Amino acid sequence: MNEDFDLLIIGAGPAGMAAALAAAPSGLRIGVIDDNPLPGGQIWRDGVHAHLPANARRHRAALAAAENIRLFSATRVVAIAGPQQLLLEDDERAWRAHYAKLILCTGARELLLPFPGWTLPGVTGAGGLQALIKGGVPVAGERLVIAGSGPLLLASAASAKQAGAKVLRIAEQAPPAALAAFALQLPRWPSKLLQALQLFDASYRSNSHVLAALGEERLEAVRLQQNGKLVEIPCKRLACGFGLLPNTHLGQALGCRIAGQAIAVDQWQACSLSDHYAAGECTGFGGSELALIEGAIAGHSAIGAQAKARALWPQRQHWQAFADRLGRSFALDPRLKQLAAADTLVCRCEDVSYGEIAGCSGWVDAKLHSRCGMGACQGRICGGATQFLFDWPTPTPRPPLSPARIESLLQLAEPDEAG
Amino acid sequence: MNAEIIVVGAGIVGSACAHQFARRGLDVLVLDSQRGGATAVGMGHLVAMDDNPAELALSRYSIELWRQWAPSLDPDCAYRNCGTLWLAANREELQAAEHKRETLSAQGIACQMLDASALRQAEPMLRKGLLGALKVSGDSILYAPNAAHWLLAQGGARITRRQDQVSEVDGNRVRLADGRWLTAEAVVLAGGIHASELCPELPIRAKKGHLLITDRYPGRIQHQLVELGYAASAHANTGTSVAFNAQPRPTGQIFLGSSRQFDSLDPQVEGPVLARMLRRALDYLPELGKLNAIRSWTGFRAATPDSLPLLGEHPQQPGLWLAVGHEGLGVTTAPGSAQLLAAHLFKEPAAIDPSPYLPGRFLPVPRPTEHSA
Repeated sequence: MNEDFDLLIIGAGPAGMAAALAAAPSGLRIGVIDDNPLPGGQIWRDGVHAHLPANARRHRAALAAAENIRLFSATRVVAIAGPQQLLLEDDERAWRAHYAKLILCTGARELLLPFPGWTLPGVTGAGGLQALIKGGVPVAGERLVIAGSGPLLLASAASAKQAGAKVLRIAEQAPPAALAAFALQLPRWPSKLLQALQLFDASYRSNSHVLAALGEERLEAVRLQQNGKLVEIPCKRLACGFGLLPNTHLGQALGCRIAGQAIAVDQWQACSLSDHYAAGECTGFGGSELALIEGAIAGHSAIGAQAKARALWPQRQHWQAFADRLGRSFALDPRLKQLAAADTLVCRCEDVSYGEIAGCSGWVDAKLHSRCGMGACQGRICGGATQFLFDWPTPTPRPPLSPARIESLLQLAEPDEAG
Repeated sequence: MNAEIIVVGAGIVGSACAHQFARRGLDVLVLDSQRGGATAVGMGHLVAMDDNPAELALSRYSIELWRQWAPSLDPDCAYRNCGTLWLAANREELQAAEHKRETLSAQGIACQMLDASALRQAEPMLRKGLLGALKVSGDSILYAPNAAHWLLAQGGARITRRQDQVSEVDGNRVRLADGRWLTAEAVVLAGGIHASELCPELPIRAKKGHLLITDRYPGRIQHQLVELGYAASAHANTGTSVAFNAQPRPTGQIFLGSSRQFDSLDPQVEGPVLARMLRRALDYLPELGKLNAIRSWTGFRAATPDSLPLLGEHPQQPGLWLAVGHEGLGVTTAPGSAQLLAAHLFKEPAAIDPSPYLPGRFLPVPRPTEHSA
């Protein structure tokens, strides 16, 4: 089975939705593919306990109202099926989507770094904690510690408090000088200043990072390095946010140039591959404001509305400057590379410890001799960690791009053989 | 002299050779470019193949050596004596199975016919309607990258392993990428598909293969399952062919092969070939369709025209010894290949007749008076 689109957008987070809405006036056939049950991406994730901001609700309503936009939720990109063709899979079927133009809005995932105890139940990512809360996991009355770096810690703490949790500590690894310099710049982005003031929390400590999660069956306490001192805080949950990793998998598989860790784009949000665009977190960390602008620029560019795209450049520059500032202020301390002990797991799928791979010459060597990255997640988690820990380059993606039913892969046959 | 023996290639064959020489008290330097070869990507099926007497002799002998080593292999070598079931889908294949039983039995290899109901009992996931199977109990599986590591580790201080790319070989010396020459009593070329870069005269062609592995579904299959049409696919000399081959990994994953394509050196997974291979697998294991695949990849077999490896001294380059061209059977036949090569070098009688594998069958000795134009 095949479907044709003039414009296919991968990802229905802020960037993907903005791209679709910017392109919609063209009247072209637009498809939006998203692996979550509902649109919104990570930041506007919906759920029983989600409180979507007005802007998110507006985008969703506009997306639903546009007659030439079809949203495919809970749908995964499984493989590249040919030139300008993707193989898609949902829970019931698999099919090929042909496209004239593609916009990658594949977002980012959390960087999870290994430290002793990080695999204990009760330890999650900072964004992971937000997703749990939105999904209805009750945290009311629970004692909770948040550690890592960047504004996601504050946002995560705010979600937790709103859900009734007791946030005992927010441990930010960045030094106070970096935070002060960042704070001084904040008035350039008034909405962010306001957000920071609203989110400010008395339990916030700079120059502090997690050393270990303690507990037998599940998390019982967290050991922190807090401004040079060791402290232990008994708690039920620990949420760690060390930053985000752009999801470049599909872009890489398509042959788009990758710069640093992100998909490289020009001023039109165009990739190195013609007719392919990218926007949002997959092109580098930026936050939802930047993602919305980039998505809109990509959507306009893809339908040839260059003037409209160009009109948004100043806004993009404004938010890109904020993202750059964030990136510099919250750069990860190299000491975080030393947290794992020899027996700390790095690859959770295959139970591979830090000690087993620390001597390896690279990702392939580690994979071949320890099975690191060979499990169901195919290195999405540990690949990011080993990149940070050992500077190993990310592996080249191969089909299936996410676990897929074998019967779905049959659709990769030549048309006359597909049956 | 930089070592007594230099082995080029640390795949399963190079490692088995290094292991063999180290056991005989020689100092071995193993050079590997870490580009990866068939060892890194293959199935690791230790299988008695009987397409000709020489193939059977070498695989039978080698499987026996693996069996002797099995108790001392590291756990991460994941050796399992799961046996092979050769599946018969029709009368012809049933006859082929019977013929195979006679051939293997004549060589003392334990095997038995399973009728349709015995087969269903042994492997309920197989589709209904198969006529039976030949069970070869002594066949096994292992994880070849770690088995190669284990072989090198057995050599202790006698084996030095170095990451280095060899850019040229000349008899008993090799040139490294940085231009330095290293010399030894003998150089063993075990570079698999990469050997042709150093010796373009070797009659080796690349046969590309696709593989795929599922998520963990423990207990679904028990044996390595191979269709009897496999040999026909394995020995085709043109075109693209697929054959059903499934392996139960100790992790509970199901490992699927196989495909063969000639003259492609592009490592990309090709959707149409993968799909053909999977359709073939579904013919045998229909329930596979609902299982999740997590990874597919490709590799290259170093194939000779007669499907037998080249084991012996290069007729035109004294001091250069060849251990290449194992095609899809290198993990199986590495131990025997290493023994044969060592027997040649030490001028000892070999455990099996070494003549079918001598490089001279493809590489004639040039007459001293003859000069090529």
